[in-house]
Amino acid sequence: MLLMTILDYIRQPWPWYASGPAIAAIMLLLVFFGRSFGVSSNFRTICSLAGAGKKVPFFQFDYKAQYWNLLFLAGAVAGGFIASHWLSSPGALQLSAATIRDLQALHIHFDGLTAPSQLFGSGVLLTAKGWIIPVAGGFLVGLGSRYAGGCTSGHAISGLSNLQLPSLIAVTGFFIGGLIMTHLFYPLIF
Amino acid sequence: MIKSIRYILTGILFGIIMSKSEAVSWYRIQEMFRFQSFHMYGIIGSAVITGIITIFLIKRYGLKDINGTTITFQDKALQWKRYFTGGIIFGLGWALTGACPGPIFVLLGQGFPVMLLVIAGALLGTYTYGVIKDRLPH
Repeated sequence: MLLMTILDYIRQPWPWYASGPAIAAIMLLLVFFGRSFGVSSNFRTICSLAGAGKKVPFFQFDYKAQYWNLLFLAGAVAGGFIASHWLSSPGALQLSAATIRDLQALHIHFDGLTAPSQLFGSGVLLTAKGWIIPVAGGFLVGLGSRYAGGCTSGHAISGLSNLQLPSLIAVTGFFIGGLIMTHLFYPLIF
Repeated sequence: MIKSIRYILTGILFGIIMSKSEAVSWYRIQEMFRFQSFHMYGIIGSAVITGIITIFLIKRYGLKDINGTTITFQDKALQWKRYFTGGIIFGLGWALTGACPGPIFVLLGQGFPVMLLVIAGALLGTYTYGVIKDRLPH
């Protein structure tokens, strides 16, 4: 009975003031294990594992010391699976009415899921645009995070928590890029 | 073996937190970049404030990690061009996919196989950086 009550409680979407400190706790847990919280460096590790170091010196590094981070990544996939199968919220995502309206104007219909199936459902594989958007978006994420030396976890969470000016510069860049994409490029793309 | 399990468990916890906070949601990222909700700002802000306070305390009291080593934090070298330019490129991708690297993998687990394309793109982007790195201003 008590367990079900706790589960029902966890299944509700978490408010920001519970979520933020929980994310910080993940960072602290990794720090306590003698590591640091940064997800994007895994892309470099995977490139090295695939043999990129044979041609490009940037991928010649002690990637075996990064295996722990790949395990963390595997855990994140499993965590997503667990959350969506056994801990999913009872209702649809509560998105602000203004965002629903703005997206509607771009012909993106709000479906109450985590990400719009119109853009990230398997159906997109039938069109060229459906392939280009995820690949191009991923490309920018991969290139940008390595150029900037980190992503949201390494800079916005770990770096800002340690009061690093470089991270503040990077995070400012993250937001400028996000605003440009959302307000200038979205109307052209969608 | 036990060491492997601790990272997998931390990752699982991360995946659950990111899912339940809805920080992995493409819609929430759009809401954030349109300034139409406080939710994402609240998450990032409260995470950073928690981080600042705890890291200050870790340094102040010279706390040790699980191996008994005093915890230290590396300072990042101060460069402008790489952080700013790289940051903007990352931001463009963040808003287009609605996911940063952590959420890309969490969403894959949630049942969005298209994230495999995003991962393929990210690996290609990372590889490209490795190739053109010396020609980019840092």
